Amino acid sequence: MIYLQLFWSFLQIGLFSFGGGYAAMPLIQGQVVTSHGWLTMSEFTDLITISQMTPGPIAVNSATFVGLKIAGIPGAVVATVGCILPSCIIVTILAKLYLRYRSMDMLQGVLHSLRPAVVAMIASAGVQILITAFWGNGIEISLFGTKWIMILIFAICILLLRSTKLNPIWVMVLAGVMKLAMSVLI
Amino acid sequence: MKEKNKKKMLLKLFLSTLYLSAFTFGGGYVIVTLMKKKFVDQYHWIEENEMLDLVAIAQSSPGAIAVNGAIVVGYKLSGILGALVAILGTVLPPFVILSVISVFYKAFRNNWLISQLLEGMQAGVGAVIASVTLDMGIPIVKEKEAVSLIIMVGAFVAACLFGINVVYIVIVCGIIGIIRTLLLNRRKMK
Repeated sequence: MIYLQLFWSFLQIGLFSFGGGYAAMPLIQGQVVTSHGWLTMSEFTDLITISQMTPGPIAVNSATFVGLKIAGIPGAVVATVGCILPSCIIVTILAKLYLRYRSMDMLQGVLHSLRPAVVAMIASAGVQILITAFWGNGIEISLFGTKWIMILIFAICILLLRSTKLNPIWVMVLAGVMKLAMSVLI
Repeated sequence: MKEKNKKKMLLKLFLSTLYLSAFTFGGGYVIVTLMKKKFVDQYHWIEENEMLDLVAIAQSSPGAIAVNGAIVVGYKLSGILGALVAILGTVLPPFVILSVISVFYKAFRNNWLISQLLEGMQAGVGAVIASVTLDMGIPIVKEKEAVSLIIMVGAFVAACLFGINVVYIVIVCGIIGIIRTLLLNRRKMK
């Protein structure tokens, strides 16, 4: 039963993530955190961090990580197969259609309208990651409970990312080191 | 003889995709570019123009672009078997790496040092996502198309404030896209 749930969840993630890269992130959050509670928001954020620092697509990384946690190696396999199955079918069909008609106007048109939605959904997932980072897991947002150190680290990272060509991996490592240093010192 | 060559090619395909997947940081777009270098420029298995089309298909399909790229290349070279070999090569490295990490994750998450490090990195990854959102969002704002802007704001409100399942948002926006394209094509016809 749990295998079926994992398979079905990751099938949806594979089927509805258009645009690559971060596009899968809001879908993974919806399935794994919101719908099933397989990961807490903090664990999900750790997963995204780990995905950023290792090779491989976020969706495949998540399928392995969540599958293993919930149902061991078979769970990881089932979730991974679920997330790549839609690709296998759709890519093959599109390749055949494309070879026959040599045009993807319709698809390009649909993708043009999906792109703003994808950006918005990534932003939404980002907001929820930041809420967790600034106020912790499931605790109410209040001025008193704000982790100001985290907001400071976030501001420094944004500044670094927007004004230098520093690799995002190093910016994240730096963020971790900053927090560690501050916790040791304060 | 032919059979032997095919086996050799499949092995080469598997090793290439395995190598690319294990050592490519920076997501699907990067890996597709490296695939082009390997299969077009180095092995001459695929022609340049055809590769561009294959990449377009990989990027337009749902799912991870690296996996989609492996499928189109594998399928082009050797049919279903080729696609399966390429998928295996692409999926195996992240599968193994994440399996190892998740073992360590359980053991290390409760370590004070690691937990401080990971907590700080949450702010870092939040910043990375914010920056990516800006990179992706600014060109859309600059296009100044009303429908696109409405979709962007609407999708954000639906996902963030109302917590609507993103699957429905994708479906609705996909339908809007179909209608938009049909209307545009009709206008072109006239």
